[in-house]
Amino acid sequence: MANELTAEALNKHDATLLADIDDALANCMKCGNCQAGCPIYRETRKEFSVARGKISLMQGILSGKLPISEEFDHIMAQCLNCKTCSANCPCGVKADDLILRGRNAAVKARGLHPIKKNVFRLLSNRPLFNAVLRMGGMFGWLTFKEIPDKNAVLSRFPAPGMDPNRATAPLASTPLRSKYPEVIKVPNARMRVAFFTGCTINYMYTDMGEAVIEVLKANDIEIVIPPKQHCCATPVHVSGCFDLANEMAQNTIKTFENLDVQYIIGACGSCVEALKTYPEWLKDDPEWKARAEKVAVKVREISEFLVEVGYKKDIMGPVNKKITMHDPCHMVRGIKVTKQPREILKSIPGVEFIEMNEADRCCGSGGSFSLAHYELSRQINDRKCANIKKTNADYVTASCPSCRMHITDGLYQNKMPQVVYHPIQVLAESYRNYKK
Amino acid sequence: MDKAQMIDELKKIVGEENVLTSPEALYEYSYDATPGHLYSPDAVVSPGNAQEVSEVLKLANANKIPVYPRGSGTNLSAGTAPLKGGIVLLMLRFNKILDVDLENLIAEVEVGVVVQDINDHIAQYGLIYPPDPGTVKTASLGGTISENAGGLRGLKYGITKNYVQGLEVVLANGDIIHTGGKNVKDVSGYDMTKLFTGAEGTLGVVTKAFLKLVPAPEATKSMMAVFDTIEDAGRAVSGIIAAKIIPATLEILDNASIRTVEDFMHVGLPVDADAILLIEVDGHPIIVKDEADKVMKVLQDNNAREVTMAKSAEHKNQLWTARRMALPCLAKLRPTTFVEDATVPRSKIPAFLNVVKKAAKDHNVTIGTFGHAGDGNMHPTIVCDIRDEEEMKRVHKAMDDIFRGAVELGGTLSGEHGIGLGKLPWMELQHGKQGMEAMRNIKRALDPNLILNPGKLLGEC
Repeated sequence: MANELTAEALNKHDATLLADIDDALANCMKCGNCQAGCPIYRETRKEFSVARGKISLMQGILSGKLPISEEFDHIMAQCLNCKTCSANCPCGVKADDLILRGRNAAVKARGLHPIKKNVFRLLSNRPLFNAVLRMGGMFGWLTFKEIPDKNAVLSRFPAPGMDPNRATAPLASTPLRSKYPEVIKVPNARMRVAFFTGCTINYMYTDMGEAVIEVLKANDIEIVIPPKQHCCATPVHVSGCFDLANEMAQNTIKTFENLDVQYIIGACGSCVEALKTYPEWLKDDPEWKARAEKVAVKVREISEFLVEVGYKKDIMGPVNKKITMHDPCHMVRGIKVTKQPREILKSIPGVEFIEMNEADRCCGSGGSFSLAHYELSRQINDRKCANIKKTNADYVTASCPSCRMHITDGLYQNKMPQVVYHPIQVLAESYRNYKK
Repeated sequence: MDKAQMIDELKKIVGEENVLTSPEALYEYSYDATPGHLYSPDAVVSPGNAQEVSEVLKLANANKIPVYPRGSGTNLSAGTAPLKGGIVLLMLRFNKILDVDLENLIAEVEVGVVVQDINDHIAQYGLIYPPDPGTVKTASLGGTISENAGGLRGLKYGITKNYVQGLEVVLANGDIIHTGGKNVKDVSGYDMTKLFTGAEGTLGVVTKAFLKLVPAPEATKSMMAVFDTIEDAGRAVSGIIAAKIIPATLEILDNASIRTVEDFMHVGLPVDADAILLIEVDGHPIIVKDEADKVMKVLQDNNAREVTMAKSAEHKNQLWTARRMALPCLAKLRPTTFVEDATVPRSKIPAFLNVVKKAAKDHNVTIGTFGHAGDGNMHPTIVCDIRDEEEMKRVHKAMDDIFRGAVELGGTLSGEHGIGLGKLPWMELQHGKQGMEAMRNIKRALDPNLILNPGKLLGEC
């Protein structure tokens, strides 16, 4: 029969989905250097965990030898998007991007996993998403119990896809954006910025967002919080759903492009990286690419911003704590901001800053990776906790709410006393201590 | 025995979770770091101890199934590529440093441990395990033993075979034997330890090793010298040795490598220079200073147009950029990279570099050469695109010229990467018919059914 679907025809079709990255894949010389840094490979020591294996597999599909199978899907999912492979690749292969392209091909060939499909449908619908998470926050005490002094909770009931002993972030009873007006005015404003809150800071770690606002206000900076802002689309993009992610990116651009602000500030490394990378996401559409660029040039991570424009050092009170810092993947290898948060922490009186070993090694969270592969992400995180332990620090700082959540869980599981904060929270604490 | 039966039996030996057979898994173990070698195995098996290796080999031997021991798969000679199908024997579950004996300075280490991890572990005792191939952060100990890997410190410290003092090996028939041990002097019987070191997995499967450790040097000093002619650089190398100084490292970059690094890095390298030498001496601080001064004088006496001694750790790091970035920058030029390791007597380096230069010109291929000038181990690095058939023909012609040239100069096909499949065609040129036959007889005696890494190193037996 003419239109009978043969395995060969299927392979041929799948190969077309990767045809445009043939050259990019060919640049991988298969040296295997990516094994040295890959946190997942370090645990599994299986070729499919590491970038070389994933790139080879995509070449196998390109050559028509393999189809885009369910197994391919699983293998591509085994990546934290931590970018360590790309940062250390002698050939300059951007393996992290290529793996996302592999996921994109898998979505096109096989469709999205039904659970993700539902989650993303919810995520892309701002009013619905907002309503669900607000409800969750209001009734959070019913389902979660608090862990004292950790800003974390444990589930009271078994939840699907969730380890019952896993410490997670509390859902805020009132989301951050609902606590503030659209424009937060200050007397004699020296500057006007927009605040892109991101989902985790808006619905869970509102304390991080409050600290950002507190610090900006203390520095005489007027803040605009556009109420229609929504998810940056990183979780959707890294799942390979480029179409939906691009739609969400366009929404963010529309929300921010016409604001009368000098900068757009974020406090989550991943969100900030996404906003800075929208021009790349939208490169196939010249008009949208130009609009994305207009937004991207204004985007700064909060510590990057403060060090660039200067921040007040004469109103700092002492924070007598030993503090160490974890470099989130999307901060260190994404937007390459590592010096600024350290500079801020070290400028605070009383702070004793201690570097941990392997500060830039992934904490194992990888966003939804830790949901699907909790045990593996726990092993990777245990190494992070061991490095934290050696510092004897009081606080661990991390400019990423996902890292904060995962490290908090690690500290809880390893029965360690440390608490995790965003560096900006320490600065806010210092400003507060001055007033005392 | 059919394939399904074989896989059932393998699962009984090592457990179901340690046998991979999905099309994806088989594809992922069909290659190593050598371009152009892709062969699908029938199963990927991860044994957990020597007894399981023995059981797997007994099964394979009885049924004449090929077995390819594999660690990290980072070798450059197709040494782990599963040429004839069969079983990839993944040794990474052998992941323990069993003991560090500080009285005898011996570490007992399983073969799946990454070499750098050994060094990280023994640093607390002020000791080092000197073999440091370029892949030190990824290569497994077993792979470096089987390939007899070298590295930057070969000149002063020697190579893997100088540090392997004893082995646990599983033979093709499943027998587990122990060779050598903790004795510094040991002339009891044939030197079986050396036989299996560098055998590329064709004679047995190594599972554990006794490694000799040495004290870490207290101090180091690095120097860089720029030369207008390769001949002057060659004379400087010989001059350093003649001055009775054995540097820990003595590296050379040719003009093509210098230009490539400068193009990518913009660190101010002299793009018109014919060669750069990088030298590091190590040892007791007082001796190091004295030796460094002598090296500087030898460099100047041999017409170095510019010499620099590192003033600080940061400056040293800067000086070494050229060498460190040579391979990465060459690799970025084109998709495919062949890193060769033809080696010649130290005194023949200039002549050999001219052979390489001529081969590149004659066949119109891009070759940058850098390498270990102190021990004559050069890395002519050919960059090309394996998808271009016509170009690959020229690449092979250039390789032919390079290997013949090395052998004519009294050199060898491989200083540290091994023969595998990559350099097989030239083996008889170096060893002659009788030499090859003697080696084949050893292979036939230890592996009569030819199941261990068949087709490698010796070709067909």
